[in-house]
Amino acid sequence: MSSLIDLVNVSKSFDGTLVLDDLNLSVKENTFVTLLGPSGCGKTTTLRIIGGFERADKGKVIFDGQDISSLPPNKRQLNTVFQKYALFTHMNIAENIAFGLKIKNKPKAYIQDKIRYALKLVNLDGYESRSVDSLSGGQQQRIAIARAIVNEPRVLLLDEPLGALDLKLRQDMQYELIRLKNELGITFIYVTHDQEEALTMSDTIVVMNQGYIQQTGTPEQIYNEPENAFVADFIGESNILHGTMIRDELVEIFGARFACVDKGFGTNMPVDVVIRPEDIDLVSPDEGILKGVCTHLIFKGVHYEMEVTTPDGFEWLVHSTDMCPVGKEVGIRVDPFDIQIMNKPASEDEEAVGLNE
Amino acid sequence: MKTTKDRLKKTVENFYLVLIMIFLYAPIATLMVLSFSNSKSRTQWGGFTLRWYGEMFESSTIMAALQNTLIIAFTSALIATVIGTAAAIAINSMKPLPKTVIMGITNIPMLNADIVTGISLMLAFIAFGISLGFETILIAHITFNIPYVILSVMPKLKQTNKSVYEAAMDLGAPPIQAFFKVVFPDILPGVLSGFLLAFTMSLDDFIITHFTKGAGINTLSTLIYSEVRRGIKPSMYALSTIIFVTVLILLIVTNFAPHRKLPHLRHGALRNEGGQ
Repeated sequence: MSSLIDLVNVSKSFDGTLVLDDLNLSVKENTFVTLLGPSGCGKTTTLRIIGGFERADKGKVIFDGQDISSLPPNKRQLNTVFQKYALFTHMNIAENIAFGLKIKNKPKAYIQDKIRYALKLVNLDGYESRSVDSLSGGQQQRIAIARAIVNEPRVLLLDEPLGALDLKLRQDMQYELIRLKNELGITFIYVTHDQEEALTMSDTIVVMNQGYIQQTGTPEQIYNEPENAFVADFIGESNILHGTMIRDELVEIFGARFACVDKGFGTNMPVDVVIRPEDIDLVSPDEGILKGVCTHLIFKGVHYEMEVTTPDGFEWLVHSTDMCPVGKEVGIRVDPFDIQIMNKPASEDEEAVGLNE
Repeated sequence: MKTTKDRLKKTVENFYLVLIMIFLYAPIATLMVLSFSNSKSRTQWGGFTLRWYGEMFESSTIMAALQNTLIIAFTSALIATVIGTAAAIAINSMKPLPKTVIMGITNIPMLNADIVTGISLMLAFIAFGISLGFETILIAHITFNIPYVILSVMPKLKQTNKSVYEAAMDLGAPPIQAFFKVVFPDILPGVLSGFLLAFTMSLDDFIITHFTKGAGINTLSTLIYSEVRRGIKPSMYALSTIIFVTVLILLIVTNFAPHRKLPHLRHGALRNEGGQ
């Protein structure tokens, strides 16, 4: 599968603040790609550059082999679903959906068919003559999607489209979007700061922070094999620890040695270690690799959330369906494949080396 | 006890309201009544007549002044609306600091005393060698009308969701079309009330017109002023009555225009109310 959209060395700054720095991104045809990151990470700017609402200071936007960097939004073969729906309130639902088709001078019968088809697709049949104001937030968002897809774009850009909806509706819409994407067979580029949303819907997740791409991968890769501490911390909850790679497949944390499956980090190298709270097994003190005392216990419904403090003072976050009462001494065990080793970021690496000497 | 107290309160309230109304409208009512009185006396009712109205419509100077007034009001309001709307759009998309500065500068002509504006415009026209006449009145009126248009368009622009314009472009509309198809309908009530406000202001103006008109041309207000110096004729009452009624109607239309929404929106609102 060749890529449909390529961002090549794209940089953008607003009022002297660098928002995107030399960004490279490639989106394959017919995939659900999510740009995920905290607010201000540049994800919306990236989307707006693809949509044509912002012009990159440097770099190129390639669409299907063509350089579209200087093309205005109305000449691009993609459509956008905006965060606040951006429906035209002086038009009814049918007129809203027909807007793009009327501009392209499509025949009346074709437009009528398309309106009916699109409303059916978003489960709002018969809403043609309703006014925008009479719809709920979720319904307005469906109309915004319908209005975009009748134009048969090759790519649909979605800018936090579910941000304004309540939790239940948001979950329903997530499934709806996956269904739509599969039915339409087009590429979705989705922007969100909600990691759960990203994990649920995406084929590929692009984690961004401060204008840089931190990691690109499938939801499983992003969750299970985060490449750095930022990704590990941003996606789900995790224990991020300072460790030393003794040799291949052996890492030392707080003086205790854990077997792992990672190789190629060298010997006696400082590394970041990520262990997900649900991957920690609490056993009896003498069976554990590290000993600690349970200092915190909360019932979360599906599981218990506990904090186990080890003698060095680190509080390990543990999720388990088995309860461990506060004050009880326990042992900590982790299976080798549940330990994720990451290189320390360049600047901190130097610090760590300096401390060792 | 309670009902008596309430009734007293209501009576006092109504009395106060009537008193205010009398203060505000008694002079105008007097003028209107006298314009129908068949007597030149200002203290005696001489029976109902439309004579003064007839006399007014037969007077070629009054009709010429009326024509000037209407042409100037309409043209200046139209041009000011175009310039003011464009200006409001530009100002709205500025960054906060320049926006505040420009809005401040825009407001100065409105706060400035009319007589100062009038004299400075007159001096400027003379200094630049423009002879005073119809054109200078028109230019002057456009000048003082622009801020009113900006001020009535601005709030509507602020309410408009910026991504609506982007959505229209996204759906294939070139920028100009996107503006006229989706942004303009949103700000139209503001543009209309800006136009009507400008029209009223122009119709109303005496001082600035007085300084910029030159000899040989009159609008209604300057005509009345010069007639009054020669002694008031009842036909002037008739003329003033007509001006007052026209301005009143325009003001009522201006005030109600923003609330008159498109029919389907009203239905939506009604449905919402019914559902609650």
